[in-house]
Amino acid sequence: MIKGLQLEMRQSYAFVARNFNLVKRYWGWEVVWLAYSIANSLSVTFIGAGAAEITGETQIDTNFLITYLLIGTLVWRFLASIFNNISEMIAWERWEGTIEYTFMAPVRRFNQMIGQTIFAIVYSLVFTVLIGVVVAAFFDLSFADADFVAATVILLVGSLSFVGIGVVASILPLLYPERGAQMTNIVQAFFLLVSGIYYPVSVLPGWLQTLAKISPATYVLEGMRAALLPATATADPLSYVWPLLIMGVVMLPLGIYLFQRAERYTKRTGKLKRNG
Amino acid sequence: MMEKHISTQEPALIVNNVVKRFNVASEPWWRRLVGVQKSVNGHGTPASAQPKARRGKEVVTAVDHVSFTVYRREIFGVLGPNGSGKSTLIRLLSTLLLPDEGTITVFGLDVERDEMAVKRLINRVSVEAAFFKKLSPKENLLYGARLYGVSGREADRKAREILGRLGLRESSYTSPMEDMSRGMQQKVAIARAFLTQPVLLLLDEPTTGLDPRSKLEVQAFVNELRDTHDATILITTHDMSEADALCDRIAILDDGKIVALDTPAGLKRLVQHNGHEPTLEDVFMALTGKELVEKDDVTDFEPEKVLS
Repeated sequence: MIKGLQLEMRQSYAFVARNFNLVKRYWGWEVVWLAYSIANSLSVTFIGAGAAEITGETQIDTNFLITYLLIGTLVWRFLASIFNNISEMIAWERWEGTIEYTFMAPVRRFNQMIGQTIFAIVYSLVFTVLIGVVVAAFFDLSFADADFVAATVILLVGSLSFVGIGVVASILPLLYPERGAQMTNIVQAFFLLVSGIYYPVSVLPGWLQTLAKISPATYVLEGMRAALLPATATADPLSYVWPLLIMGVVMLPLGIYLFQRAERYTKRTGKLKRNG
Repeated sequence: MMEKHISTQEPALIVNNVVKRFNVASEPWWRRLVGVQKSVNGHGTPASAQPKARRGKEVVTAVDHVSFTVYRREIFGVLGPNGSGKSTLIRLLSTLLLPDEGTITVFGLDVERDEMAVKRLINRVSVEAAFFKKLSPKENLLYGARLYGVSGREADRKAREILGRLGLRESSYTSPMEDMSRGMQQKVAIARAFLTQPVLLLLDEPTTGLDPRSKLEVQAFVNELRDTHDATILITTHDMSEADALCDRIAILDDGKIVALDTPAGLKRLVQHNGHEPTLEDVFMALTGKELVEKDDVTDFEPEKVLS
């Protein structure tokens, strides 16, 4: 049994090691992407800094607004990074032509997902912390009453749902070699719109607010803001953990199940062969 | 040439009446509109015998009721022209495709029902050396080996040994694959498959792109794998001398069907005439060559009417 567990851990580790090696080899691209992400996050937070000048209102709590937007942009960077790392795994293998070798190996998809998830969470966490440190250095922000432990728990539990959603999205490049990877962008756009990344969900039209309820990002953001901006919190931050746990427990196995169905379909129709 | 001894004791691979069909884009609508329709598909099976194709598609039978048995420690060759179904057959054996009809068993395990157990027994080298091109051979090989449960340390030791024997420079081992020639990449692909010591090794044109010396090195390695590791090997190739040198038996595939199966010497006897000693190339041309005018096409042809 121990030998079996060791084998499965070794298989999951294969994906972790491979992905870190790819990051190391594409270091130039990683630097460019980090610089782009910092610039992007800064441009969002500067909207908060300029709110008083934009509106002519002198009573606006600029620091609160900057923090509100900073939490939004960092949480989105984190979740989007997890989503991209998981959903792009198939697109990348198709591009390199290695997909047949990975699918021919005696690896359960669950072990593959464990490896991908460990890498995605560690990579996204480091990436987001780097962006956060640089962006926060531009402003004089205070997190005196913030509950960082609750914020971390919410972020990690919420990331499980995004792994599940990423696995479902990775079906697209599996089924559509040419444009599948680009099609996953629509999934991201949906979550960006409805989850209240840069604004409260309450400003959305009613039907979009209904959709916001099924987005795990909504609960991650509300929980994070409750933990990091306690003065304006309407609920205990940890109350957002339960919906996220339920979503994670549903989305992860559902994602793997759907992926396995799609894999079987590609083996039936011969779609694995074509490289996009 | 002496015929090699073939063990007929234990079947390593049984392919039983396997069929694989694909839906491919059909003729343009304007050709169908003017009634220019094929009566048979691309591989000669009557259209009426085909399952219904999806809208805008037609069914092509890539592997057509193929049956054969490969015995343990045998080197079994599959020869055939381009598009004859060799790679589809290898993909079916590698669990990358599911058969539409028939069964495939590897050491008694069904490739569909016992997929994971079969995967542990096999590995494959394909004609394209598919790798993460930015990664080094070391990084690629360790990734591949770990998927089969081989530890990084053991994989590293064995990879250096195999690649050293195949003539790969030490400095190339840690440089990106994209800096290597196609032949060198193919050697790394061969090392990837050998690393996991498969009991059934599927080689799909493994020496394509290699220089003559490298080809001989790979052939020696294949023989050694069979002799020292008890492996069974199925190989497809366009290199007739390679097939002649390596294979215990050879199946010739044409239009998805096996048209002949015998030892190299047995196949040569099939086409021997007038005391001429045929080569495997002669066999290949005789069994897969198409005549310019098929018999069916001339049944209604009456030369007298044309001449008068």
